[in-house]
Amino acid sequence: MKNWFGRLARQREFMIGAIVVAVCVAMTFASPYFLSTGNILALLLGLSVEAIIAVAMTNLMVSGGFDMSVGSIVAFTGAASATLLAAGWPVVLAVVAGLAIGAAIGLFNGFIVAKIGINAFVTTLASLSLFRGLTLIITEGRNISGLPDAFKEIGQATFFGVQTPIIIAAVLIIIGDIMLRRFRFFRQSYYIGGNERAARLSGINVDGMKILGYTLTGLFAGLAGIVMTSRLGAASMTAGTGLELRVITAVIIGGASLQGGEGTVLGAFLGSLLMALITNALTLIGVDVYWQTFVIGATLLVAVLIDQAGKKRSQANVGARRIPVAGARSALAKGSGS
Amino acid sequence: MSDYILEARGITKTFPGVKALDGVDLRVRRGETHAIVGENGAGKSTLMMVLTGVYRPDSGQILLDGKPVTFPSHEAAVKQGISIVYQELSLVPSLSIAENIFANRQPVSGLGFVRRRALLDEARRSLALFDLDELDPAMPVRLLSPAMQQIIEVLKAISTDPSVLIMDEPTSSLTELETSRLFENIRRLTERGIACLYISHHLSEIFEIADSVTVLRDGRFVCEAEVKDVDEDFLVANMVGRTIADIYGARRDPASFDELRTDASRFESRGLGRSGDFAGADLRVRSGEIVGLAGLVGAGRTELGRAIFGAEPADEGSMLLDGQAIAPRSPREAIALGIGYLTEDRKTQGLFLDFPLRANIAANRLEGLSRGPFLSEALIDRAADAAVREYRIASGGQGKPVRTLSGGNQQKVLIGAWIGIEPRLLIVDEPTRGVDIGARSEIYAFLRALAGRGTAIIMISSDLSEILGLSDRIYVMKSGRIVGELDGAKATEESVIALATGAASGVTR
Repeated sequence: MKNWFGRLARQREFMIGAIVVAVCVAMTFASPYFLSTGNILALLLGLSVEAIIAVAMTNLMVSGGFDMSVGSIVAFTGAASATLLAAGWPVVLAVVAGLAIGAAIGLFNGFIVAKIGINAFVTTLASLSLFRGLTLIITEGRNISGLPDAFKEIGQATFFGVQTPIIIAAVLIIIGDIMLRRFRFFRQSYYIGGNERAARLSGINVDGMKILGYTLTGLFAGLAGIVMTSRLGAASMTAGTGLELRVITAVIIGGASLQGGEGTVLGAFLGSLLMALITNALTLIGVDVYWQTFVIGATLLVAVLIDQAGKKRSQANVGARRIPVAGARSALAKGSGS
Repeated sequence: MSDYILEARGITKTFPGVKALDGVDLRVRRGETHAIVGENGAGKSTLMMVLTGVYRPDSGQILLDGKPVTFPSHEAAVKQGISIVYQELSLVPSLSIAENIFANRQPVSGLGFVRRRALLDEARRSLALFDLDELDPAMPVRLLSPAMQQIIEVLKAISTDPSVLIMDEPTSSLTELETSRLFENIRRLTERGIACLYISHHLSEIFEIADSVTVLRDGRFVCEAEVKDVDEDFLVANMVGRTIADIYGARRDPASFDELRTDASRFESRGLGRSGDFAGADLRVRSGEIVGLAGLVGAGRTELGRAIFGAEPADEGSMLLDGQAIAPRSPREAIALGIGYLTEDRKTQGLFLDFPLRANIAANRLEGLSRGPFLSEALIDRAADAAVREYRIASGGQGKPVRTLSGGNQQKVLIGAWIGIEPRLLIVDEPTRGVDIGARSEIYAFLRALAGRGTAIIMISSDLSEILGLSDRIYVMKSGRIVGELDGAKATEESVIALATGAASGVTR
């Protein structure tokens, strides 16, 4: 099958996939415990929450968007659902309400970015504080526990020995990857990220797609919040702190860029898997836990440097037409509409 | 002192896979305007980048005032007296005129603070060179018209006191009137002894401004001549290596519109307007007709075109397409109605530069290239292959981003995409801006052929010879209003300019 947009994106998936395999092979030799079912499942369970969010975040970042507030949405929807459950709401209604709240926060972000034209970073940075703050207000700084068993089943039940969060993440990744790769509707995100103004003049509903992108990200973050709360059996006011950075890091390692126009869900999952593997490997071979964050940063940097080198090379081939121009351009401050 | 202020001998520059320059010679006399002409890909821009130190030549010699020089960097070239005005504006819109002219060279105090008063004074002196004393140097550049920005760009380039000033397509965003203003200023510079190297696709400009000319083709030096000794046909023949007949093609026999029942127009607008941009626009375009929309930059032509396309919808008046009232509120709705719009700015608003040709061809008709909810790779491939064949696009492999194509080929990609939606009405805005003469004649032929199949075409253009050569009928706009309607076969440059500048009014048919 011929490639659609960036051959680069596919190369990136291949590259990350190869590194993932290499790390796995190396770890099998380094630690007999690594390949055990228990370790693999623990590893997958650990990344399932961020992988769920990464599915929607990939679509959003492909369209040139960006959401810093997902960690706060996770905490807020978890706390809101738990509060409703504590107030005696039926499990189904509390879950639906949690999902609706997540989607509503995304809609709020999307409306401000697309219709009012505030920069995505600034808007969602504000939301990050807004909804972390609201979480603290409704929980009054306490964890909410004593949730009904039926609710805990969402994150704790197992099928053939596999916990539900892993299954939910896997299903969403597969559907999400197919959607973004093949569905006409979601392919529009690539056009928007590639050139927003040209996309609009090509008849794409840019504002609508952007708002939908944020709403889906909010919805998926809401789902992640419910899954996490259920798995832990309690809503924590600090849940999801720093999660947004892990999700965005995974999506970028997987081939997306802040400019938009590239990236895949499979890549984002592999990025997330690679980060989890590295963390796991460092733990198993007994490296001090404080090194983990450092290594994740290094991984991100190496991934984008390799990517950049690849792009430079492909541009040099055509005799780089670009003249150095003293123009001010910022990666985060993308023009908003025409 | 040498006769020639700048000389290049046997410049060769190779990029992986391409010999961009192959033993090119160039001689520029002191205080003259020397034009460089050639099709896209002839090596003009690469030569300029060699002369300004952006690229280092593989072999060859550059002499400045008879002395061999090398430029290890762009800054070194500027320091030794070579300055360039970029084709695309390099100004920072939010900064003042003064700060733009002296970007990075602001007068500073001992502590490194910018000496604001001195900066403004120097900027005022600089503006006075071009009789622009009335302009406030503290004004942000974004408030200026594109033409004025281009002039600020020139002032910025000459603020380093160069002996050679290079201008790469400086008029690509200017109208004829603004161009003549720029030329006046170029003449002032040459009178001061500055040599100008002038690159342009518009051969008429060469005859207006240049003293001598060098022709390049496929990276090679073809000939050098005094402008007064040659004519346009000679230049074109040397540029393309063959003679091109009438590039605009034959206009349609007016009688054939009568057969198409002239009372029934394909598109009509009545009193169309949007506050601040244009008002009271009555347009009529018949099926198969190419209607030119002429006027100065800022006359509201692009705004009118975008309103018909729904990009910035009109807020008054009405439109009819094939007799049906329409009011598109977005490009999406307009495309669904069969209206296309080829933007004047292909790089920032037209193309997806990092995407390959096939993705660009598919952009405005994703639905037509799908099976059910899935995009069909096979259908897209077929559409892309057809466009490459039909419009003779040299794509250099369909997987490559369109950023790597020449201007002419990029424009053909966009034309292919818009003809691909089989529009009932196609609005083309500056369809050949920055496109070489070979591709231009092809684009004219594509537009004629499209009109021949019944599409109504509105062509917005600042290129008067294009308006006159291609249009069946011409509307002229001035200050947001349509001030006249001319028969394309009878109109002259003078009659269009007179209407556009307000020296005449009314309808001459």
